[in-house]
Amino acid sequence: MNGLTSGFGAWNPIAWALLFVGILVVSFIVRARGNKSYKRGSGQTKVFLSGNEEPADADSLHVRGDHLYWGMIDGLSAYYRRVKAWHTGIFSDYVAWFVGVLAVVIVILVWVG
Amino acid sequence: MNIGNLPFVVAALLVIFGLYTLLFKRNLIKLVIGITLIETGVNLFLVTLGYRTGGISPIYTYAPEAQQMVLPTPQALTLTSIVIGLATTALLLSFAVFVHRHYGTLDVRKVKELKG
Amino acid sequence: MTALTTHAPVLLIAVPLLGAFAAPLVGKLGRGVRNTLIGLIVLFVALLAALLAVDVFGAGGAPTVYELGGGTFTFPLSGGQIPVRILFEVDGMSAFMGLITALIVLTGAVFSFSYWKERSGGNLYFSLFLLLTAGIFGMQLTGDMFNFFVFLEITSIAAAGLVGFRVWLKQSQEAGFKVMAMYTLSGLLVLLAIGLLYGQHGHLNIATLANSINGGLVDMIALGLLLTGLAMKAGAVPMHMWAPDAYGEAPAPTSAVLVANSQASLYGLFRVLFTLFGVGVSASALGWILIVLALLTIFVGVTMALIQHDLKRLIAYGAVSQIGYMMLGVGVGLARQASIIASSGVDALSDAATKLDFGLVSLQGGIFHMLNDAACVGLLFFASGVIIRASGTRDLNRMGGLGHRMMWTSIFFAIGAVALAGVPPFNGFASKYLIYEASFQLSPFLAVIAVLSSILLLAVFVKAFQAAFLGPKTDATAHVSDPSIGMMVPMAALVLVIIVFGLFPGFFVDHIVTPAAKALWLGHKAYIGAVLGGI
Repeated sequence: MNGLTSGFGAWNPIAWALLFVGILVVSFIVRARGNKSYKRGSGQTKVFLSGNEEPADADSLHVRGDHLYWGMIDGLSAYYRRVKAWHTGIFSDYVAWFVGVLAVVIVILVWVG
Repeated sequence: MNIGNLPFVVAALLVIFGLYTLLFKRNLIKLVIGITLIETGVNLFLVTLGYRTGGISPIYTYAPEAQQMVLPTPQALTLTSIVIGLATTALLLSFAVFVHRHYGTLDVRKVKELKG
Repeated sequence: MTALTTHAPVLLIAVPLLGAFAAPLVGKLGRGVRNTLIGLIVLFVALLAALLAVDVFGAGGAPTVYELGGGTFTFPLSGGQIPVRILFEVDGMSAFMGLITALIVLTGAVFSFSYWKERSGGNLYFSLFLLLTAGIFGMQLTGDMFNFFVFLEITSIAAAGLVGFRVWLKQSQEAGFKVMAMYTLSGLLVLLAIGLLYGQHGHLNIATLANSINGGLVDMIALGLLLTGLAMKAGAVPMHMWAPDAYGEAPAPTSAVLVANSQASLYGLFRVLFTLFGVGVSASALGWILIVLALLTIFVGVTMALIQHDLKRLIAYGAVSQIGYMMLGVGVGLARQASIIASSGVDALSDAATKLDFGLVSLQGGIFHMLNDAACVGLLFFASGVIIRASGTRDLNRMGGLGHRMMWTSIFFAIGAVALAGVPPFNGFASKYLIYEASFQLSPFLAVIAVLSSILLLAVFVKAFQAAFLGPKTDATAHVSDPSIGMMVPMAALVLVIIVFGLFPGFFVDHIVTPAAKALWLGHKAYIGAVLGGI
């Protein structure tokens, strides 16, 4: 009940959850003291898209899956070019990796152990 | 080299040939044959483990007195392994048939739509 | 009830096996009858696993040996008894894995009832499902190496059959062939290793083998074969490439049980490393091999997940990455155990356990993560099945806007994703916290890679969530809604497990995980002693 101890620290999720709820309560109190005089559905509540009109079809608005992390994937492209090339779909390569690791493990165990 | 070690050498050769087939052959059916080769090598290895020089089959009925028997346990292991090998080969071959039906080829270097 | 508990090890295997062969026959009587039978079997299996766990954990994790027939076990045989000598030995770790399997099989079966509602072929699907269940329980409860191999092959065949079940889909046949061939290859090499051990020592029972293993050349070759074969079946990089194919092409409820299958072979690996080869042959090279494989798995798994655009392959790469966390936790524990034995002898292990040495904490983290990962990945695969059915496509670049109408599914997916990535206060953070703290003590680099990959995993699931659920409403998704109650209940049950295990981790770690960890850390003598009666 009193959380995890790891020998070097402790983690108490009940305390964390109570703190989180406390912060939520404080933020709701702050929100409740805000300005309530706005008109719903008029220009005051429309989404701001840098001054452009909201487009009609979903395609130009929704960032699709592959494009979401474009920058980070492009930054790691040297790594990905090598590692993705290793993931050919060919079955013989799967066996080749397996036999390679098997050889390395047996050599290490017989030599060191 | 002791002549009695020859079956072990043959079993090792079978396993090595099987691995070679899996690594370097392209036809799916040849890959299945490679797996069967490895399985045969392992079965031969298991049966050879139980052999005792000059032993007779491990059956008690009409057995001559004071005669050494070969070990029966590896024979039971090998029977189990052969039956398992039957089931896996059947499943592998039926998957190969379906792959040929969908892809039109049995070349393992062309059956690579699931990649990346 | 005591009769049920005594015979639980063999009933856990026999009842699903009977159900697997009865399912096609009972299915002729109608779908409702078959579903009722399968439901009863799965509930009975869960009850048995719970009884077994209560029995073993109540005795402080001491192993119980079950002999076929349920008589009291004596060694050697006293006169007149039937010499069936395949023993089931259930210690803390086996009982823990039994609990995980029971949870995943129960939720998977209930989800499958609704998933296969309008489709044919359900009889054979449930037959293979129950066969896989029987095989997984067999792997976890057995005390005999060859029996372990037999159940390993049973799960291989059933799992490959389930992966390639939908024969009208082009890519599942390719995945089925690859999976079956890889499983068979690793199973044969495991059999070769078992043959080597039998030839060297003359026994097949794990306890008697553990008593006589001494670290010679043949033993180390067998260890290498067993380590690589079982690690491949669990999905360690660089032998993991079958895993995204398999988890991605299987039907949605089966992917969760396939993850349980991988965890069962990981259990076999731990049993071999700690009980068979642990204390007698303590080489620090073993722990470090496992740690290197684990680091590769964690990093490559999560970075490959980031570039997928197929939803199920993305979750599959995430599952591969989490297997790496379990291997990291246990590898650090193994390395620490070896160094303690090398410096102070075997008796220092229980001392280290009372002082909460970081090796034991790392084992606790790795083992606890098995349960958390099974629940979270199971939930994610179920939710992915619902998403794919609702949007009609598996491609993340073509989905969108489901969150407007599928509120509960999006909440469940978000909770599962965030829990898997290790965000407090869910259960993923509890186990990952133990792994971070303990692996930092061995080498800070390990903890750095682990934390970095958790953050990347959160990025991966933000991508999946954004692609599937966010975005404006489209015409294509105008008619979707939350799935039927039959699919919501298993997901809600797993969310409940995630939240409860996250809010009260100390309770579960003390009562369930620590006996399992101690069974591996210092249960070597107890495991052997349960069969050989005091050495």
